[in-house]
Amino acid sequence: MNAQTVPAVGVEAIGMTMRFGGFTALDDVTVKVPAGSFHALLGENGAGKSTLVKCMMGFYTPTSGDMVVNGREAVIASPKDAGALGLGMVYQHFTLVPSLTGEENLVISRENAPAVIDWGKERRDLKSFMERMPFKIPLEQPVSALAAGEKQKLEIVKQLYLGRRFLVLDEPTSVLTPGEAEEMLGLVRGMTRRGELTVLMISHKFHEVTAFADDVSVLRKGKLTGRGRVANLDRRKMAAMMIGDQAIAALDQRAPTPADAVSVLEVNAVKAKDRSGLKSIEIDGLKVKAGEIVGVAGVSGNGQKEFLEVLAGQRAREAGEIRVKNASYEATREQSRKLNVRFIPEEPLRNACAPKMTVAENIAFRTFDLDKDGKPASWISARAIRDYATSLIAQFKVKTASLSSPIQSLSGGNVQRAVLARELSGAVDLLIVSNPCFGLDFAAVAEIRARIMKARNGGAAVLLMSEDLDELLELSDRILVMSDGQLVYETPIAQADLHVIGEHMAGKH
Amino acid sequence: MEGDIGLWGVPLAILGGAIRVSTPFIFVSLGETITERSGRINLGLEGTLVFGAMAAYAIAVETGSPWIGVLAAMVAGAGFGLLHGWICSFPKVNDIAVGIALMLFGMGLAFFFGKPYIQPSAPNLPAIPLGDWSSLPQVRAALNVNVLFLVGAALALALWWAFKNTKIGLIVRVVGDSADAARAMGLSPNTVRLFATAAGGALAAIGGAYLSLYYPGSWNERLSSGQGLMAVALVIFARWNPLGCFAAALLFGGAGALGPALQSVGVTQGYYLFYAAPYVLTLIVMIAASSPGRALAGAPGELSITR
Repeated sequence: MNAQTVPAVGVEAIGMTMRFGGFTALDDVTVKVPAGSFHALLGENGAGKSTLVKCMMGFYTPTSGDMVVNGREAVIASPKDAGALGLGMVYQHFTLVPSLTGEENLVISRENAPAVIDWGKERRDLKSFMERMPFKIPLEQPVSALAAGEKQKLEIVKQLYLGRRFLVLDEPTSVLTPGEAEEMLGLVRGMTRRGELTVLMISHKFHEVTAFADDVSVLRKGKLTGRGRVANLDRRKMAAMMIGDQAIAALDQRAPTPADAVSVLEVNAVKAKDRSGLKSIEIDGLKVKAGEIVGVAGVSGNGQKEFLEVLAGQRAREAGEIRVKNASYEATREQSRKLNVRFIPEEPLRNACAPKMTVAENIAFRTFDLDKDGKPASWISARAIRDYATSLIAQFKVKTASLSSPIQSLSGGNVQRAVLARELSGAVDLLIVSNPCFGLDFAAVAEIRARIMKARNGGAAVLLMSEDLDELLELSDRILVMSDGQLVYETPIAQADLHVIGEHMAGKH
Repeated sequence: MEGDIGLWGVPLAILGGAIRVSTPFIFVSLGETITERSGRINLGLEGTLVFGAMAAYAIAVETGSPWIGVLAAMVAGAGFGLLHGWICSFPKVNDIAVGIALMLFGMGLAFFFGKPYIQPSAPNLPAIPLGDWSSLPQVRAALNVNVLFLVGAALALALWWAFKNTKIGLIVRVVGDSADAARAMGLSPNTVRLFATAAGGALAAIGGAYLSLYYPGSWNERLSSGQGLMAVALVIFARWNPLGCFAAALLFGGAGALGPALQSVGVTQGYYLFYAAPYVLTLIVMIAASSPGRALAGAPGELSITR
């Protein structure tokens, strides 16, 4: 368990093929990761990255293919076998137990944890172990009290504590601020340079790959479409390997916001309890004008979700006022219809759809109870719903087997397109969007961003909450930072600096 | 009259009652704590308690030893726990619904097998007279402490220690807080929960044995007055902490003793209202512990009521 004496482990996956029934998720993929190297695995969602590492780690038994560990053929039938060979995986979601302290998490994860734990001895051992680690983490606190970056470091430390010297990192920075991500990857990079660790990192962030990785392998639709030294590749080449020759929607030119644009959304001194009920969020003096996109950045869990719920009327507010077009807004169906307020929440299948109802019904949620003149209808016409959905499906290019398929049978990108079709049709004065592109592939992301920009240029006021800073920098006119339930920083896009934003996200000001 | 201590009799009777009445609460709530800490709720403990009371009484009658009766109750309780855990290990099974079914099943089974044992009398569990130093009969009565109460107190302390300092304790907490994390560690949540529910059932059955073999000390169909259900509320009140369970059980026991205590000092009007004290307390606890806006602090993350 000594970081200096146990050398890094080199791993090769040769000719990996994985079939689920008739579907080939992975087709003859070979990836070689020499000891002490930092290898990046690029690919879109569903390209087979997860399948590949799961085959390597023994979660799946590949249809065919071999594993070579430290130059010797190895049989890995279960994650336990992988662990015994020194292979470990750090998952995208945390696998630490929130109510246990860091110490408890580490000790109990050990295969040979003693039946009665002598905490005096364990603490001494942990202390000397941590002295050899580049990471500094408070181990005596419950994990739930740690920041996301600290949790991610603790996940890595846990694998090292268990004696793993080949780590798969599955999108390790998706919940971290840019500063946290750079620090964490820098420390990991240092360990690989010193030959203490080998890393295979799944990612879709090019800047991380270029900054930290030695080599890269790219997957598309289950096939290896490219590999090489990162030093010899640029972003464009890597993107081409990832997406092939599909057409990508272009973003409209940003039309200048009219100088006399009125503010559509005003949030004054709004207070509400957060999810835990122990802290509150306080938003004051937020204004969004017609024809601008205001981006809200923040590490997840800093109150963005609660703020969105307050705006959507899902969470009671304790004080303050929300005004839309100078009228008090209580988020009733009637008001949102009259004031043209539209919502695109995150995880649309869960938050904006009735999963088992049909595509057509889901698309008609805003209009089904109105007749042609916009008056409340007493009879609901199935034909009108179908006709309406047919035209929108064509217009927004929603791929669905039929109008009467349940919407949960659609892919993530198509669910999001269906929701966009519903929310962006008709007059839109205020659009509130949260993480619209989470988990979607390139083509869908580009198209959805283009639609949001189009709505902005069409005169809608857009409030965009996102954990993806690149998305905010691409779309916003102004960026606000939310930290600890409050808006702590504002910058126009022209002066936006990624690192300053990151520091405010981390609450360092 | 010698030994007449007037209104002082009320707090003394409440203390004595608290010790006497609380013992089943202690065992059921400690059992439920183990089960809930592993991420499941077993609402069937009321049925387990009643069946345990019957089994303990019947075996004590047959063998002449109350301790063999307690042992038999534990075996039966563990059996009920295993059944609950086994059914809940299937996908999409709701632990609360299974618990209610098993509660009715346990009570029905106990009434069925218990019919022949309503008449015969069983040997009682021994008590330790800790009040011998006093000449007052009230003090001696109040401090006549049953062995199981002391066992329960020791068990609460042991569990509190074990949740922090033993591998088994930590494993139960891991499974209860994050099944994903447990699987990543190579633990099987269903197996851990199966044994945690069995242990919980065994402890709840001891509570039942205490009812039939010590206080009130006979077997009949109206023996339990919902202790098994109230213990679930008590666990929430105690924030899943074994020491808290012990304290909360004493509080509930004291509330349960309020009615009889008032009656014993000659209050003849309205003491029935005080018989309802434990139930009112349960309600107050549930209301105080609930909130529309936040999750319960300290609740195991996998519990179906907190998810």
